[in-house]
Amino acid sequence: MKARIQLYVVATLLAVIGISGALYKNISLGFPLWPGESRNVWTLQSKINFMPTGDPIEVTLALPEQHGNGIIIDENFSSSGFGFVINEEQGRRYARWSRRDPNNKAEITLHYKMQVVHDNKILSEPPAPEGSPAKPRTYPSERESLRAVYDHLSEMSGTDASFTQLVLSTLNAREKSQDVSFLLSLNNDDTLAVTAKLLAYRGIHFQIVKGVYLQDGRRRANYAQLLEIYSLGQWIQFNPETGERGLPDNFLIWQRGGISMLDVIGGANSNVEFSMVVNTVPARTVAMMQDLSSQATLIDMSIYSLPVEQQGVFKTLLLIPIGALVVVFLRVIVGLPTSGTFMPILIALAFIETGLFAGLPMFVLVVGVGLWIRYYLSHLNLLLVARVSAVIIVVLGLMAFFSIASYKLGIDSAMSVTFFPTIILAWTIERMSTLWEEEGARDVIKQGGGSLVVAVIAYGLMTNSIAKHLTFNFPELTLALLALILIIGQYSGYRLSELYRFRHMVAVQHKQRGQ
Amino acid sequence: MGWFASPSKLRAAGVLGMNRRNVQCILRYNKRSLYPLVDNKLKTKLAAQQAGVAVPELIGVIEHQFQIKTILALIDERTQFVIKPVQGSGGKGILVIVGRDGDYFIKPSGQRVSADEIQRHASNILSGLFSLGGRTDQAMIEALINFDEALAQYSYEGVPDVRVVVYRGYPVMAMIRCATHSSDGKANLHQGAVGVGLNLANGQAICAVQNGNLITQHPDTGHAFDDLVVPHWHAILMLACGAHEMTGLGYLGADIVLDKLHGPLILELNARPGLSIQVANQTGLLNRLKVIDEICNAEARTIEERVDIAQQRFGY
Repeated sequence: MKARIQLYVVATLLAVIGISGALYKNISLGFPLWPGESRNVWTLQSKINFMPTGDPIEVTLALPEQHGNGIIIDENFSSSGFGFVINEEQGRRYARWSRRDPNNKAEITLHYKMQVVHDNKILSEPPAPEGSPAKPRTYPSERESLRAVYDHLSEMSGTDASFTQLVLSTLNAREKSQDVSFLLSLNNDDTLAVTAKLLAYRGIHFQIVKGVYLQDGRRRANYAQLLEIYSLGQWIQFNPETGERGLPDNFLIWQRGGISMLDVIGGANSNVEFSMVVNTVPARTVAMMQDLSSQATLIDMSIYSLPVEQQGVFKTLLLIPIGALVVVFLRVIVGLPTSGTFMPILIALAFIETGLFAGLPMFVLVVGVGLWIRYYLSHLNLLLVARVSAVIIVVLGLMAFFSIASYKLGIDSAMSVTFFPTIILAWTIERMSTLWEEEGARDVIKQGGGSLVVAVIAYGLMTNSIAKHLTFNFPELTLALLALILIIGQYSGYRLSELYRFRHMVAVQHKQRGQ
Repeated sequence: MGWFASPSKLRAAGVLGMNRRNVQCILRYNKRSLYPLVDNKLKTKLAAQQAGVAVPELIGVIEHQFQIKTILALIDERTQFVIKPVQGSGGKGILVIVGRDGDYFIKPSGQRVSADEIQRHASNILSGLFSLGGRTDQAMIEALINFDEALAQYSYEGVPDVRVVVYRGYPVMAMIRCATHSSDGKANLHQGAVGVGLNLANGQAICAVQNGNLITQHPDTGHAFDDLVVPHWHAILMLACGAHEMTGLGYLGADIVLDKLHGPLILELNARPGLSIQVANQTGLLNRLKVIDEICNAEARTIEERVDIAQQRFGY
């Protein structure tokens, strides 16, 4: 009894520490208890196409910049066959692909994919321009018209901003004056070019903003441009087609100022296209990324202070106690037979990597084939260590085979078999086959099936968004889990499986008593 | 009757569950340090010999590969013997010899085995081929058990053995396990062997159960279990209780076989005996354990007294 009281005291203590820690974080530090509101995360894919001319190729793509309104969560580049670097020049990032391959003249496609959160609130001001704006280059023939239009518009507007707006609306007006029409035709109908000359006349600093209008499911979109002027200490954006002032709501800024977005040397007919989809992601995830990059004073002593990669590891590790709880519950209370106590957790971890629907059949397939091969190996009278090693190699071969076969068949998901830890698979096979020899096929199916059921349930809980959120943001709750496991550990009542196993005995005894 | 019995009914029937067994019997009364004594067959045998508990005769032990040449000298003129791994499990690696023909040895199947093959088998045992985890093992040679024919008719292909559960030195329940065709000659109830509950008072069959269902006769040999009476019953219980003194385990299962010449012999001891003995007896263990807990602390008793008490309290 004494041990039991001790156990309850320890369990209560652990639970109190864990839960009060979590509450403190929630109330004082403002960590949300629930996954809470979600944010839209855009997956934006940029596709660069061009025809190589046969000369050495160098492709430079400007990457979204720091003064933009997007938080990049993740980015990937495809660079098969190309040398690839990311350069930083004057605070701007560029991705540069290069190749020297004169023979290949087929069209080349390069990809840049990023996950980005669009948020106009994070927009920051680029540094103020220095000096006076450069004098525009004008054709001698247009100077008179420019002067006339400029004088006309200058009279009508007070501020630089209203001047810019007026210029844009004049140039885009359906009914144009003779001078305006002449200017546009001389500049190939490029509104921006004419606007630039007029703004330079007035001495306004301006730059072109390139970006993308975000729209879910949009494909093959081109980049759009905005005009941005510097006036009275701030940058003001205008839509060059309508003259509308301010940044459009769904405009994701890619580049402010700068010369070009895409440079292709050694290629022709180059263009860049965008396709995009939006996903809903918990705000916490996004907020964490932001906090990390800016300030982390509140959460300095927590897992968030670790580098993102380590955080990812901990995210998974902290889920293990949940798996352990599932195992303890299902074994002690329900009485499911499993092969090995914690094998199911490891299988569940592997399922998290592969996804359940791809992982489950692959697991059964590899273990099944492995069992069969192990059956043959057992005929060779090998010692255990050699046998397990042989099985490991066979499992590797199986994994390679399934990956290649599925790739050739075009089933991507089957390749995820490689996420299964090889050693786990080999041990599962070894264990199952020992069981097979000693207890027969029935036990293999019973224990193997039991393990899989436990693994699937553990997987379900471990991938639950609330569980993920709580374990990662409130690691101290693990103490409460520990308390719960301790309490279950002293449960001495019947297991659910025993209620089934001994069900006849109750019936018989009742009969006997009745007679 | 549904798929599940209600917990309260099971409790009323006194059924011992796995969790309660682990917490209240095994963790409390079986010290971990005592396990090697029962898991290692050689240690069990030596301890039994020292304590005067009857076991099959030990002919010899081979501990190292270089001793394998001596195996024939150990066997000497014997015609019947068994070679088994000391730490084997599930009956793997057991070589039974029932006779000799010149230089050859004869297996129960009639197959002839040369002396070389016997040495190779011993060598395989030493290298850990049959032990779990592949640990290097030892081979022991013991005398073959001549089964009492009174029981042979209740078993198919295998050997019937009596399992007595001993709690704190008192026998609390017993059954005899009979191999069947569907259990593949093995005596494990969950593999389809028949478990016959035995009356502690006299060794008579109470009821027989196969796969959880009551049966009246052996599915393969057709013999009715009603007439089954285990001979040497008192000696069997004495032997099982002696195992408690010998091992110090408070909750143990003693597997006992009946030899024609030597009477009951302990074949194996188990520190974690299963719960299926309750099904074979159609009786729960819990109430009996409670009885023992009540009378146990009163005074130290001899084996004889303990067996008597158990027979009185738990017999019919």
